[in-house]
Amino acid sequence: MQKIGVFVCWCGSNIAATVDVKRVAEALSHENGVVYSTDYQYMCSEAGQNMIKDAIKTHGLTGVVVCSCSPRMHENTFRKACSLAGINPYMVEIANIREQCSWIHKDMVQATAKAIILGKAAIAKVHLNAPLTAGTSPVKKRALVIGGGIAGIQTALDIADAGFEVDIVEKKPTIGGKMSQIDKTFPTLDCAACILTPKMVDVAQNELINIYSYSEVSAVTGFVGNFTVTIKKKARYVKEDVCTGCGLCTEKCPQKKVPNEFNLGMDNRRAIYIPFAQAVPKVATIDPEYCTKLKTGKCGVCEKICTAKAIDYNQKDEFIEREYGAIVVATGFNPIDLKDFDEYAYSQSPDVVTSLEFERITNAAGPTAGKLLRPSDGKHPHTIVFVQCVGSRDTSGCGKPYCSKICCMYTAKHAMLTREKYPDTEVYVFYIDVRTPGKSFDEFYRRAVEEYGVHYIKGMVGKVAPEGDKLMVQASDLLAGEQLNIAADMVVLAAAIEPDKSARPLATMLTASMDTNDFFTEAHPKLRPVESPTAGVFLSGACQGPKDIPETVSQASAAASKVIGLLVKDHLTCNPCVAESNELMCNGCSSCEKVCPYGAITYIDKEFRMPDRTTLVRRVASVNPAVCQGCGACTVACPSGAMDLKGFSNNQIMAEVDAICK
Amino acid sequence: MKVSYYPGCTLKTKAKELDKYGRRAAEALGITLEEIENWQCCGGAFTSASDEIATKLSSVRALAEARDKGQDLITLCSACHNVIKRTNDAMANNADFSMKANNYMKLDTPYTGETKVIHYLEMLRDTVGFDELAKKVVNPLKGKKIAAYYGCLLLRPGKVMAMDNPENPRIIEDFIKAIGAEPVIYPYRNECCGGYITLEDKTIAAKKSNKVLHSAAVAGAEMVITACPLCLYNLQKNGTEDLPVVYFTELLAEALGVKED
Repeated sequence: MQKIGVFVCWCGSNIAATVDVKRVAEALSHENGVVYSTDYQYMCSEAGQNMIKDAIKTHGLTGVVVCSCSPRMHENTFRKACSLAGINPYMVEIANIREQCSWIHKDMVQATAKAIILGKAAIAKVHLNAPLTAGTSPVKKRALVIGGGIAGIQTALDIADAGFEVDIVEKKPTIGGKMSQIDKTFPTLDCAACILTPKMVDVAQNELINIYSYSEVSAVTGFVGNFTVTIKKKARYVKEDVCTGCGLCTEKCPQKKVPNEFNLGMDNRRAIYIPFAQAVPKVATIDPEYCTKLKTGKCGVCEKICTAKAIDYNQKDEFIEREYGAIVVATGFNPIDLKDFDEYAYSQSPDVVTSLEFERITNAAGPTAGKLLRPSDGKHPHTIVFVQCVGSRDTSGCGKPYCSKICCMYTAKHAMLTREKYPDTEVYVFYIDVRTPGKSFDEFYRRAVEEYGVHYIKGMVGKVAPEGDKLMVQASDLLAGEQLNIAADMVVLAAAIEPDKSARPLATMLTASMDTNDFFTEAHPKLRPVESPTAGVFLSGACQGPKDIPETVSQASAAASKVIGLLVKDHLTCNPCVAESNELMCNGCSSCEKVCPYGAITYIDKEFRMPDRTTLVRRVASVNPAVCQGCGACTVACPSGAMDLKGFSNNQIMAEVDAICK
Repeated sequence: MKVSYYPGCTLKTKAKELDKYGRRAAEALGITLEEIENWQCCGGAFTSASDEIATKLSSVRALAEARDKGQDLITLCSACHNVIKRTNDAMANNADFSMKANNYMKLDTPYTGETKVIHYLEMLRDTVGFDELAKKVVNPLKGKKIAAYYGCLLLRPGKVMAMDNPENPRIIEDFIKAIGAEPVIYPYRNECCGGYITLEDKTIAAKKSNKVLHSAAVAGAEMVITACPLCLYNLQKNGTEDLPVVYFTELLAEALGVKED
């Protein structure tokens, strides 16, 4: 018979305002096996924990029930306290009377009755708890960073700085990401390339960092500390270790009409190309969609002129298997496709551009060498209209319901820089709200309005109509309450941002969860913002939500510190609440193996001594406790009831149900 | 397949082609439009006054009749569609309006918005399917550049009409593709033609209509199609651009080979 202590927490007024905690403690004191029952204002505080420890010693408790917040919050706190007082940490049960009771009910009588029932269920479970001992598994001291933008770069540099090996997998031929396409960065207006490219070089020169560019993750198995990842290194038809990056081939290739993705299709590149001058690795790549040699077998100019003999038309995709202790997702974002927003005439006029395209137009390395010229006729625009929230904060179903967060600031930057360089240009910005939370952000926006004379107009643009060489912008000024018609030379659309398309299949491979917008979800929105709920998977940058560069870099470093905290450990304590097969009951049907999302179940042939002293060889399920995550899917799937989850056995759960229904 | 059909007054007078070709094309597609009995004028415009019940009662009568027959109610005129669909929405979601209308009507079974109101274009898209329609086309209008003109009543208010994205629609463009022609995208396809203002001041209606026609002509259109008799009137009578404007049902009948008697 267990000797159980019950500890009811007030959580300040969080619980005590809706649940009569004294009444709960009193009611539970009469339950079978309960030898001590009390309540306290903050059970998780040091004083509260000491109450539990003292009670364990004084009353010789063998089991503890804490009626408090969700076990996700403080189960570990209370397990640790009990373990210090000498009882097995798995003899602690939490009755969640906050999230599942006080926060969702208003009526005190009902909430108190429910809290008592939840407490009774936990007591019933503790009666059947058995001490569990956690095993350990070794940690592979290497990290994988998926995505080589500023987020991935910062995370990799920080991890390497702590002395651990890091691999970066980047799907494009170079690292650098979106930041490499940006001209200047708010709010200080330093040049993006000047602060990014040195970091790219640091990555390339760091002996602990290995870049797999033009590569993708194609499979992930294993678990925290022991991931095995298959990396697909796409054929670039150039030997990476031989190419010197001289760029001769990119000048001589006769296929000149390939849209240049780095400049968002606003100019052309060759079929063999280096994305931009500061690319890392600075190695040429052949685009198989456009290369005449690869498509028809005729040409071979690049091979003939390459003095380093780096061209290899027969290169094949290569698959590399590597082991990692931790994985960081840094897959970033993209602006949305504007096909559902043609009222802004994006498909009808080349002078309607996205903000990222505008960024390239103003960049010295861009298609106009940094001169502000309209794409249609190369003339200098004298009136520019910026439209914010194109697809952001959109509840019509065409766009995204969330705020893309970065657009207010980069639009202020574009407006200000335009006025600075071309004071003869009138600049209008249409906005729903201007949102500038961030250090020195609001000051920056106010400078655009007050010092640079940018016309900020609260209201949305309804239509952009190309007429002759003008763009007729119909809009409303909500503060003045009037219709506006502006004849503009250029319109710039601040398109909403969305997670990169590669994120969803990756999330499936990692069994990491995502929200409805395909942003990765964090383990806790406030307290564990850089960890995915899947152990060993960390989040860096805009893959978790819209972010500007300062915030991305902070999060990237935070993710790195979490990875370092994991990699410094030689062994990890495993979760002992894993599945176990009762071999005598198992009939080897494979149902459990099919539902196991972690590949933790295998089948073995085992000898059994029969009652008549003969030996029978039977196929039975065997669980690898290091791989099992304790999800319980197999215990439900097992038709013979042979599978059980330690700490959450079928008996324990039935006892809880009985206690609730009694 | 049989559906209830609400033609509306204009389709019996000025806009006979919209009605005639619509019926013929529907037959060719295996759908019989059964004109509901005793229909009356829809009221012509949906009044915003929330206590204005009388002008909406004829819509409620038509809706109730379709319900009693267990059929969807098909409309063709943009204005009728707008009034009937919005009245239906009010009957379903505005309890006060619904109670008052039912008190006036004294129907055997009170009407509470059960009927599905479907515009002819929606029927082509969702019941027939544009892919199926394309297969039934015998005279594809190959190479013809056609501008779709939506006007304002067909799509707005967007949440009630729920036909298409009101700012960036595609249903008529998809229809144009289905009959083998080439849609022309131009910015003013969902702007107002001037509507009833033509009774007050023709110059305003002319300005609005010409803006639409000019924009379509510049974009390379050879023809404009619409579903609205008032739009057609304004574009033809008040517009001065030399660009034919016809009902979409006329082209549909032509493509299906049922235009001539």
